[in-house]
Amino acid sequence: MLCDVCKCNDAAVFLTQILEGKMQKVNLCDACSKEKGVQDPTGFALADLLLGIGAAEEIEKGAPTQKCAVCGFTQADFKKTGRLGCSACYITFSEGLGSLLKAMHKGTEHIGKLPQRAHREIELSDQMRTLSENLRKAVAEENYETAASLRDQIRKLETDLASHS
Amino acid sequence: MKFSNVIATGGEWLRGEGPHHQIVISSRVRLARNLRHRPFPGWAKKLERTQILELVKPPVEELPEMQDSFSELLQDLSALEKQVLVERHLISREHAAKSVGSAVVMNRRQTLSIMVNEEDHLRMQSIRSGLQLKNAFKLVDKVDSTLEGKLDFAYDARLGYLTACPTNVGTGMRASAMLHLPGLVLSEMINQVIQAVNKIGLAVRGLYGEGTEAMGNFFQISNQTTLGEKEEEIISRLSKVIETIIEKEHDARQMLIQKKSNTLWDQIGRAYGVLTFAHAMTSKEALNLLSIIKLGVDLGAFPEDRRLPIDELFIDTQPAHLQKSSQQKLNAEERDELRAQIIRERLRVFPKPDISKVAREATGNGSVSEP
Ligand SMILES: [Zn+2]
Ligand SMILES: [Zn+2]
Repeated sequence: MLCDVCKCNDAAVFLTQILEGKMQKVNLCDACSKEKGVQDPTGFALADLLLGIGAAEEIEKGAPTQKCAVCGFTQADFKKTGRLGCSACYITFSEGLGSLLKAMHKGTEHIGKLPQRAHREIELSDQMRTLSENLRKAVAEENYETAASLRDQIRKLETDLASHS
Repeated sequence: MKFSNVIATGGEWLRGEGPHHQIVISSRVRLARNLRHRPFPGWAKKLERTQILELVKPPVEELPEMQDSFSELLQDLSALEKQVLVERHLISREHAAKSVGSAVVMNRRQTLSIMVNEEDHLRMQSIRSGLQLKNAFKLVDKVDSTLEGKLDFAYDARLGYLTACPTNVGTGMRASAMLHLPGLVLSEMINQVIQAVNKIGLAVRGLYGEGTEAMGNFFQISNQTTLGEKEEEIISRLSKVIETIIEKEHDARQMLIQKKSNTLWDQIGRAYGVLTFAHAMTSKEALNLLSIIKLGVDLGAFPEDRRLPIDELFIDTQPAHLQKSSQQKLNAEERDELRAQIIRERLRVFPKPDISKVAREATGNGSVSEP
């Protein structure tokens, strides 16, 4: 039996874990089991690894040639390691990751902590949405004075947003 | 602070004074954070990793919580020193395998340790004695809030904090507790407990063994998911489950005292005999026997002041700690010999088990006494 990670050495370590009632099995060669730290008494490597291998199979559903513009990571790389290349990969591979995250986690949206500046950013983009909607209405109603003032506000907001990201 | 200081002063959690410390050895909370648009450590080239390290390390060292800290590049630590940190749960085994471009920073009390360029750019961990998940979270949360003012953390409004592995995305948080459950193991109820806990989305595994095999009757229980639930909710759900397990362990011990007392005294007596007289002992055998002695202390068969020497032996008899104390590299056979010798010396001042001192209570009341 071949190692599930490198797929070239013979597996020597056989692990089973029950996660949320589902039995998951993974077979590793000696080198990979050491490298992945699955024997780590303190780490969470085993759980991460098990989920990561499942992850790689799931993401194949997306286009195989996709490449992250920021870090150059490809789907094939993800399949090999079960890890992503950089934070922008979450956008690049969002299609395949969507169903994967859904299967992996309790929910699909984060409701916990975010950095302070994130709250400001979200607030600004909400304001932007409202202003754009009002502008569309003003133009439709041929209310050009209001439209001009809204355009000014949008321009100002755009510079605010740019300074935040 | 030098490495020799780390060795000399055992971590605060080792002294075991937290709530429910008889059963809950330690509580840990870990947060994973990454810099925006920088490759994750596993994908970054050596030069990029070094650049990230140079960005991240100064603000970490400047944290008020890191006054008088131990800060070291992984390439400047010997294999043995790294292993000592692993045995103290201050760095992960994965991190110990790292070299150029990675670092570890920890405070003197060893309640806070921050790994730079492990699997994520930052892994901040707080470890406390006993059941103190809330306090452990409070500390890493505060550190995270300070650092986000200085570092541009990667996040997404919908997905939360972005991590190298999709299993950590969202809160980037893993909370876990290490439990000593000899009562549930001896009464063969442990599998039931593990299954029940698994069903509600939490993971249980043997601490020193592989899969569900648990050496020394130690189990680690942790949250399995990180997206779709608030940090505080995860912590309080986990704490409640652990409190229930503490009750079950307590009931199991009382059941053993009342219905299987001969088996129990036999186990304690044998453990005491072997540990006192053996001249060669593997790490596995030591863990299993020390676990029974620890249970004996909990039950009152040994005096309370014998608790610390036993707790310390769990760490001091691990391979790297043995070699560090003997100042030389030892092969397996030499380690087994030294391990047995250290245990014999410490147990020499240990009185024989006294079962007349064991407290008997009515079983099934489910009460947990606050220590
Ligand atoms: Zn392999
Ligand atoms: Zn990328």
